[in-house]
Amino acid sequence: MITVDKLHKRYGDVIAVNDVSFSVSPGEIVGFLGPNGAGKSTTMRMISGFITPTSGTVEVMGHNVQTAPTAAKRCIGYLPEGAPAYAEMTTKRFLHFVAEARGMSPANARSATDAVTEQLNLQSIFTRPIENLSKGFKRRVGLAAALIDDPKVLILDEPTDGLDPNQKHEVRQLISGVATDKIVIISTHILEEVEAVCSRALFISKGRVVADDTPTALVKRSKFHNALRIETDHVDQSLVKALQSLPSVQQVIPEGGALVLLPSDSATIQTEVQKFAAGRGLAWTNIHTMSGKLEDVFRSLTESEEAA
Amino acid sequence: MNAIITLTKRELFHYFATPVATVFVVIFIALNALAAFQMAQLFEVGQATLTSFFNMQPWLYLFFIPALTMRLWAEERKSGSIELLLTLPISTAQAVIAKFLATWLFAGIALIGTMPLWLTINYLGDPDNGVILASYLGSWLMSAGFIAIGQCLSATTRNQVIAFVVSVVVCFVFVFIGAPALLEAFTQWLPTRAIDALSTLSFSGHFQNIARGVLDLRDVLFFIVMSTAWLLATWAVVERNKAE
Repeated sequence: MITVDKLHKRYGDVIAVNDVSFSVSPGEIVGFLGPNGAGKSTTMRMISGFITPTSGTVEVMGHNVQTAPTAAKRCIGYLPEGAPAYAEMTTKRFLHFVAEARGMSPANARSATDAVTEQLNLQSIFTRPIENLSKGFKRRVGLAAALIDDPKVLILDEPTDGLDPNQKHEVRQLISGVATDKIVIISTHILEEVEAVCSRALFISKGRVVADDTPTALVKRSKFHNALRIETDHVDQSLVKALQSLPSVQQVIPEGGALVLLPSDSATIQTEVQKFAAGRGLAWTNIHTMSGKLEDVFRSLTESEEAA
Repeated sequence: MNAIITLTKRELFHYFATPVATVFVVIFIALNALAAFQMAQLFEVGQATLTSFFNMQPWLYLFFIPALTMRLWAEERKSGSIELLLTLPISTAQAVIAKFLATWLFAGIALIGTMPLWLTINYLGDPDNGVILASYLGSWLMSAGFIAIGQCLSATTRNQVIAFVVSVVVCFVFVFIGAPALLEAFTQWLPTRAIDALSTLSFSGHFQNIARGVLDLRDVLFFIVMSTAWLLATWAVVERNKAE
């Protein structure tokens, strides 16, 4: 269990994190989403014990990060942004060092290093210095270090940044695979990633949590949720006007050759639009209900914050 | 304790993983030999002692120790690995102590590398080996003070060159403060008491006391207190600056 309570972080006049509270239970994969500079990394750094909050508390598996940092950090596997490592060390030596520093005996550290190397497919670069590795491999070495002693909590700051689509897919599968009994917090810019792996999403904007829900529930907040996308041979102004006047249609947005009808009543819009077409002798070449995109929700939540 | 050993091993490994160790030890020994034979005229003096060799030591440390310590924290901060290091289940104090110990051990290894001089002098004459042993221990003790200063200043910046230059300057102050020429110059400006106080801060003064073969507890304590104070300062600086 992670409990974050009224967390604030101030740098001079700048408030990086402003009254953030939430808690996460084992089995949850939480995605931190937000524009650059929103306070995602700062929040993660405070949970992982790297920086001290200006006020507020963080508890990780019952250990207060400020008053019992070592005990708290023992539960956390942390991948910092950019996956920093000791460049001159080989993958093998680096992972072994991290395992020992996390309190493993040399023998256990060796087997843990081997296990995690296999888990992340690092065999081919096992004896290469980290400074010579590609960005993707560096990231995976950082992930391996975070996973090495099977911590109860994983905090991963942009774990798939710099990976190619195949590697991204692998890492997502890996995260979903290890997450069954763990707490996982990841931050990302990639919204599809949240829908793919996260059971819960936290939108952070200007240092505040502006939304905290499941990705499915958040998608429903999209104005395009249950919108109707129709295509027809002939689109003109009068058709748009006529559609606009339907009671179940809130707004008509032309999109290329198609029209997107935002519903004011999502239950009846489809039948009403079909009736309308039949009445006019029109045929829709294509009609489907949109589910909405997380991206729209992201934009509306973070932009309205910026405007305010 | 285990954490300190693990971290110390990693830091020591760094010296040997890069050409740093070889370059450092070779040049350190060469300059020491040069200092002993050439500049201090080991042969011309006609006495079997290493006094002149040890007299040069504070001045060699002045450049060599900052070269070792400049990267200790500046590099961690620049590369971001400090975030990895300090989110391991260890404390900042353990990291500070480990970095200090590793560098101190490495300086000890370099010092051991100069021991052929000791053998040579025994071959040539009949030196007071007790004094030489005391001088070696004193030299190692003095290096601890320099290392603690260098580590602290390395934590104040992300730039290794700045760390080096500032460390040399600060170390220079602590070496030079005991030089008679400087103290004489100050007699016009400062009361005797203040000059006495200043000269007690001198690294070279305390070291020369030990190198004379007089193992006074005060000289030993000076370096221990000096190192501890700078290590505490390092801890404070790291805690303050780590996330910047």
